[in-house]
Amino acid sequence: MTFFSWLSEPTNWVYLALGSVVLVSGFRVVTSQNVIHAALSLVAALAGTAGLFLLLSAEFVAWVLVLVYIGAVIVLFLFGIMITRAPTGRDVDLDNKAAKPLAAVVSVVLFLVLAWTALSGFGSTEVVGAGVATATDIVGTSLLGRFVIPFEVVSFVLLAALIGGITLARRDLSPMEEEERGTV
Amino acid sequence: MIVTQFLVVAAALFALGVYGLLVRRNAVMVLLAVELMLNAVNLNLVAFESAIRSSEAVGQVFAIFVITVAAAEVGIGLAIILMIFRNRRSANVDDFNLMKW
Repeated sequence: MTFFSWLSEPTNWVYLALGSVVLVSGFRVVTSQNVIHAALSLVAALAGTAGLFLLLSAEFVAWVLVLVYIGAVIVLFLFGIMITRAPTGRDVDLDNKAAKPLAAVVSVVLFLVLAWTALSGFGSTEVVGAGVATATDIVGTSLLGRFVIPFEVVSFVLLAALIGGITLARRDLSPMEEEERGTV
Repeated sequence: MIVTQFLVVAAALFALGVYGLLVRRNAVMVLLAVELMLNAVNLNLVAFESAIRSSEAVGQVFAIFVITVAAAEVGIGLAIILMIFRNRRSANVDDFNLMKW
């Protein structure tokens, strides 16, 4: 398949638009000197990924991503940033400058290895499922059929993690402070 | 559309996440980079599912599992960072040397 026949498919234009949004905002997440901008760029990166999921006709996963990540996780991140850094403006000390060249080399080499593996392993295998909607009932039947035990285990993990998070983050008063407040 | 184009985007996203993980000083920013990497893995899973079209949508189910575990990871990670911030007045990874020998 030549590049021009690839470009003649309209879905590939959508892919190019969404992919560039994902990569540009992903780049801003790791390079922005402003912590709030980095967190908001993650929103754009995740929204672009949800668009790619829609392009791959995985509607349910796309909306789960939007609800869970953009709706909940980003809010959590913003709270974390605001609690741990009171002044939220630009910060020159956000990056470890000495590690930058080595980190750039590592990530570029990693990208080249992964991309080369994908290219040589899959070449031009067509995505047969794109354009054919995945019925959400297949996902649901699978979650509560073959994968019911992993599903329950993962929900228990989530519950345990949330209880652990609350236990860690709440402020425990020392016995003396409790006596002063008269809460005992 | 071919599978490889999605795999290349996912590889680039993963590499960006690794870069952020190595470079960032603030622990919350490190968690953001980890989110990018998990997202790249999800993209891989969904792309393969769409290419293979298993009868049980296994790739999508695993992507949902990854999203759930990532949500748990963010919750517990931010709680730990908050705890360290309360004790050491800093969220920089360089300052977390309590367990260094």
